[in-house]
Amino acid sequence: MKSKAWTERVMQGVFFIAACTSVLAVALICIFLFANGIPAMKEIGFIRFLTGTQWKPNNNIYGILPMIVGSIYVTAGAVIVGVPIGILTAVFMAMYCPRKLYRPLKAATELLAGIPSVVYGFFGLVVLVPWIRSLGRWLKELGVVRSPGNGNSILTASLLLGMMILPTIIGVTESAIRSVPAQYYEGALALGATRERSIFRVIMPAAKSGVIAGIVLGVGRAIGETMAVIMIAGNQPRMPQSLLKGVRTLTANIVMEMGYAAELHREALIATGVVLFVFILIINFSVALLNRRTERE
Amino acid sequence: MSNQTSFGQKLKTYLRHPGSFVLLLLVLLGAVLTFTVLIFLIAYILLKGIPYIRPSLFSLTYTSENASLMPALINTVIMTLLALIIAVPLGIFAAIFLVEYAKRGNRFIDVIRLTTETLSGIPSIVYGLFGLLFFVNALDWGFSLLAGAFTLAIMILPLIMRTTEEALKSVPDSYREGSFGLGAGKLRTVFRIVLPSAVPGILAGVILAVGRIVGETAALMYTAGTVAKVPSSVMGSGRTLAVHMYDLAGEGLYMDQAYATAVVLLVLVVGINTLSSVIARKLTKA
Repeated sequence: MKSKAWTERVMQGVFFIAACTSVLAVALICIFLFANGIPAMKEIGFIRFLTGTQWKPNNNIYGILPMIVGSIYVTAGAVIVGVPIGILTAVFMAMYCPRKLYRPLKAATELLAGIPSVVYGFFGLVVLVPWIRSLGRWLKELGVVRSPGNGNSILTASLLLGMMILPTIIGVTESAIRSVPAQYYEGALALGATRERSIFRVIMPAAKSGVIAGIVLGVGRAIGETMAVIMIAGNQPRMPQSLLKGVRTLTANIVMEMGYAAELHREALIATGVVLFVFILIINFSVALLNRRTERE
Repeated sequence: MSNQTSFGQKLKTYLRHPGSFVLLLLVLLGAVLTFTVLIFLIAYILLKGIPYIRPSLFSLTYTSENASLMPALINTVIMTLLALIIAVPLGIFAAIFLVEYAKRGNRFIDVIRLTTETLSGIPSIVYGLFGLLFFVNALDWGFSLLAGAFTLAIMILPLIMRTTEEALKSVPDSYREGSFGLGAGKLRTVFRIVLPSAVPGILAGVILAVGRIVGETAALMYTAGTVAKVPSSVMGSGRTLAVHMYDLAGEGLYMDQAYATAVVLLVLVVGINTLSSVIARKLTKA
């Protein structure tokens, strides 16, 4: 009997240690990123690093404002493209979808989430980039824009990222809609509201915080996306000028130059990662807060 | 269904409420757009790529004349196995602790939950950066399959923990009580009764994790490196299929092979995800 109690104890300890791995991993990630990134920020100067508009590693000038603005632009673009379509699709899935169609369509949205980002990027490269290039030429002929751009642009990245955040938005919004009590909908119908009015005036407001959590999650995905963006955004480290011009995001900055960077340049790239990481932490924190609010309601 | 309305009645309602009709059209448009985009993407890659799939693409060595994907495919298999060996036991044990052992309301459990959620939100490039700083540099493993596998293991840990937790929670308490009632200890109950009943759920999660590993690029470029060969040991550098695909598309010299590789990658990932959802569905039926 005694040896049995002993194994119980040991295994409980093993389980406990395993459970601590995630805490350890987060701690290590924070320590290693910050310890390698913060000194570079200090050396360059926090303000100059964050607000400098020039990124010229060869001249020892490291300002990542163009990349911060670039990340914000493509993320905003992705939200503009992806959120309306995602929410409408979620409404369809939750309220309109014929029962027979539901399973294949649900599988399709899961598939959309499963496609690797390089495949998305490749699709963007061979399909979207040529489209946007001809769109640019056409707009130039019409005299709307001065330079047509070469197709690698903010617009291209926004469209592709919009596609990529669709499954996140659809999944979270659909479950938020489904968690609204059926009486709300039935009550609205009974009062004579049309189906659409009941959905958009009664159900959607009730599902609001879930929908917002979905959007914020989508923002997190868009801002952290790397490979797809790098293949189609042009990656010029300068302040973005127009929708049809190239842009470099924080993520792209790291991947583009990490291969050959050394010394301060390398540390500046890690510091770029720190900035990205802080953005992500803020986003995660807001999602956790939103979810807590939903639970309380 | 007694409250079924006829098509004519519906049309009349919508004519009286044009705003609602517009909303209906928007909803349908949104859904059609989403699924058209998906079908277009898959059809485009398949139609363009399948003609380029040739036997030479699967030759065992990569040369500059023949951008074979076989070494990358073998690396992907090795990488997946390594990452699973590290992450699956850890994830399952952690979930066992959270579900079977932890006391409700323990502050430390909240910390574990919070960090797991944080891990699942971190983008893969940040994992890649961490892997480079920690495994490649600090532990001095260099660019290696092992460094890549450990990086990926941390990345899929939250996924495995969450799915296992859900699978364990869905095992009815009566199973545990029955086992205790027959005189089995806690450990025996967990391993002999609870875990076997949770296997399909755990398996679905593990397969989902395989899908993520196969599709991952950003976390591997600076941990496992981009050498287009099968290394002689796990301490050697080698690229997986997704990294291979990125390099082909980026170089622009091997576009035909890039199309073909995209097909292989897409089919692999789609197959893996389908397998996972089939298993998960079996579970809900049973």
